[in-house]
Amino acid sequence: MRLLRIVPDDTNFDFIRFRRISFPISALLSIVALVAFFTLGLNFGIDFKGGTLLEVRYANNTLNISDVRSRLESLDLGEVQIQEIGSDGEVLIRVAQQPGGEQAQQAVVGKVRAALGDGVEYRRVEVVGPRVSQELLSYGIVGLMMAVFCILVYLWFRFEWQFALGASIANFHDIVLTIGFMAIFQIDFDLTSVAALLTILGYSLNDTIVIYDRIREMLRRYKKMPTEELLNASINSTLSRSVITHVTVTLALLALVLFGGRAIHSFSVTMMFGVVLVGTYTSIFIASPLLIYLGVSTRAMAEKAEKEAKSANAKAERLAP
Amino acid sequence: MLYFSKWKAFAILAVSAIICLMAVPSLLSPSAYDSLPHVLQRKIVLGLDLQGGSYIVLQVDAQSVRKIRLEHLRDDARRILRDAKIGYTGLAIQGDTVQVRIRDGQDVDAALTQLRGLAQPLGGAMSTSGQLDTDVSRDGNTISLSPTAAGIQSRTIQAVSQSIEIIRKRIDQLGTTEPSIQRQGADRIQVQVPGLQDPSRLKALLGQTAQLSFRLVDNTMSAQQALQGRPPAGTDVLYSQDNPPVPYLIEQRVLVAGEDLTDAQPSFDPTTREPVVTFRFNTNGARRFAEATQANVGRPFAIILDNHVISAPVIREPIMGGSGQISGNFTVQQANDLAILLRAGALPVPLQVVEERTVGPGLGADSIRAGLIASIVGAALVALFMVATYGLFGVIANIAVAINVGMIFGVLAMLGATLTLPGIAGVVLTVGIAVDSNVLIYERIREEARAGRSAISAIDAGFSRALATILDSNITTFIAAAVLFYVGSGPVRGFAITFGIGIITTVFTAFTLTRLMVALWVRWQRPQRVPI
Repeated sequence: MRLLRIVPDDTNFDFIRFRRISFPISALLSIVALVAFFTLGLNFGIDFKGGTLLEVRYANNTLNISDVRSRLESLDLGEVQIQEIGSDGEVLIRVAQQPGGEQAQQAVVGKVRAALGDGVEYRRVEVVGPRVSQELLSYGIVGLMMAVFCILVYLWFRFEWQFALGASIANFHDIVLTIGFMAIFQIDFDLTSVAALLTILGYSLNDTIVIYDRIREMLRRYKKMPTEELLNASINSTLSRSVITHVTVTLALLALVLFGGRAIHSFSVTMMFGVVLVGTYTSIFIASPLLIYLGVSTRAMAEKAEKEAKSANAKAERLAP
Repeated sequence: MLYFSKWKAFAILAVSAIICLMAVPSLLSPSAYDSLPHVLQRKIVLGLDLQGGSYIVLQVDAQSVRKIRLEHLRDDARRILRDAKIGYTGLAIQGDTVQVRIRDGQDVDAALTQLRGLAQPLGGAMSTSGQLDTDVSRDGNTISLSPTAAGIQSRTIQAVSQSIEIIRKRIDQLGTTEPSIQRQGADRIQVQVPGLQDPSRLKALLGQTAQLSFRLVDNTMSAQQALQGRPPAGTDVLYSQDNPPVPYLIEQRVLVAGEDLTDAQPSFDPTTREPVVTFRFNTNGARRFAEATQANVGRPFAIILDNHVISAPVIREPIMGGSGQISGNFTVQQANDLAILLRAGALPVPLQVVEERTVGPGLGADSIRAGLIASIVGAALVALFMVATYGLFGVIANIAVAINVGMIFGVLAMLGATLTLPGIAGVVLTVGIAVDSNVLIYERIREEARAGRSAISAIDAGFSRALATILDSNITTFIAAAVLFYVGSGPVRGFAITFGIGIITTVFTAFTLTRLMVALWVRWQRPQRVPI
């Protein structure tokens, strides 16, 4: 049986020179993302905005969406979004946070139930009060920052600082683009989105580190090779792995997007964008070329190794006069 | 890298098999599960988003804790000053303090000493912190008592503990399986009740303080007159729960309170066939109720629940037996729930629902189905792709991943962790990522072979070089999962758990199982050429 080979052996693409195109593209995309974030804003779900969400189903084609609309509008609950989902007579009702504290939010469910009457299946009811929604938002933000910080510390211990910084810049870029994507397509931003962002963070780093590991190994082995050539060789030699792994992750995510159900749909779509599109691109075209600007070079490494050897010698001399 | 002693190989296989087998009890029927020995009774719990149910977070209202504390301080101060025969005026709650003016300047020092006794050390009498729960200060002839922030906090924590006990009693009466009631932070209680059809009943049971009291109705004037003018001292106007509400003028003095009940049961009134709640007092309550009814024959008294008048019957004859019944146009369910509330006792403070998430059983079943289909499709696609790319080595990778997934569920069962829909997504994602470790190894082997090594040497070098990378790259992902576990709640935490466990089992299988399988194959085939 002939095996599938997506990437031919011994590729020799000049990824490093491509930075003259990829860096401006990334800068532009980041600006677009930031503009989208500040103008369109994120479509906060009730986790962060507070309010009430009901998912109801009318059995056997008894759904009359305009009737539902008029019944709910008569309740005078402020902003009410009514959205038909699927084709099974399911309706998603979102009621904005009510003035008047925690008790007022609780009353909404009772009012909606009374207005819709019997013969409705309540598939999901979520009520998040003002206090909890604020806490969840701050938890989410703190969580993201904490993750970035912990990972940075780990990288700093494990690699040279240039690598840690490079990975962080690349990561920041991933998060910015993903948030921009969520703003442009107005994907629900809730707790699962924070989970998606954190996973994208972890996964994109995973990818970056595989290439960085190789760069470090090559730096130790080939002390005379020009830096650009060395970076290119590292990326090329891990290219087959990068591509194959992304195919498998894409396949897994595709299954989640297509069959995973609505409850995790925004999660799956965000992951698909962040991991598959942005993550791969970043580790190859951004994270590795960045190292040149951060002062990683074969000469610097050789000098550093020499210095370390010298100080080790000096230490040995001091210890044994 | 490719040599395994027999013992080591056996240990690896045994550990993997045992961890996978831990998942088996979760698959058994409930009766088969119950027949297992106790140590093996560990299983994966389905999250509320999968089995349907209600998740409710209640918060103790710090404002009410403060209010109740201030009222106690005021009453205690009145009692102490009266007992010490110290004259005072204007004892009242002013904002966050209780203030009192001592009439005679000479008495102020004595009053201060007496009132200082009200301040209790935090953490009980044995505490060494030296902090008190109340500040007592004086300004001229005025003495102020104010609860300290730490005092209010410790009372809030106490109130939460007491409320948890009472809520547990109330929910146990509903007869649902495995409710979970936990403290969340300093002032919250998290209640999870699986498989409940109608959460509004649960919320009604949780949201009521259920403070019951029997008090006399004041008939020196009608409630209407009291509303227009000023109600007489020591009385309140309270309303019934009828539509429209009927006002009653009720004495503040409590004849008997809910604490003195020993039992309450729903039943039917023998003459009207109406649902009622019958109750029994303890000895103390029975005596006081008998005395009160004896002294007030012919007068109406009111049964009051959380400041609402339930009924106000006229005392026809002294009630000596220590039992009685409450009627108030109840439905059968209302009578039932009131009996539950009375049996479980009153909450020390009112609780507010601050978050509620309910998933109906229909949506839960749909989610399980969706998760199952996504898992099967995802795993099948990945497995096919691996075989197409790596042939026999792809099969080895697939076996490793299958065992990996088995181990994830085994660990989940051992921890008694909760599986949610995002958790299933975490497993699917792990499948995609777990094969990455195999891809890293195989690609490295190919590279080493291309660099001119012999097959066996290339395989050996491929493993040893790739494993360092696998460890490095997975630790960062694990950090993200750990943070997510820490900040997440509910379903998101479920994702963090499966994803985190998945990373650990992935590294484990890469280091042991994949290597073992490849080593066995190498020993068996003695390959001349790398087959990928």
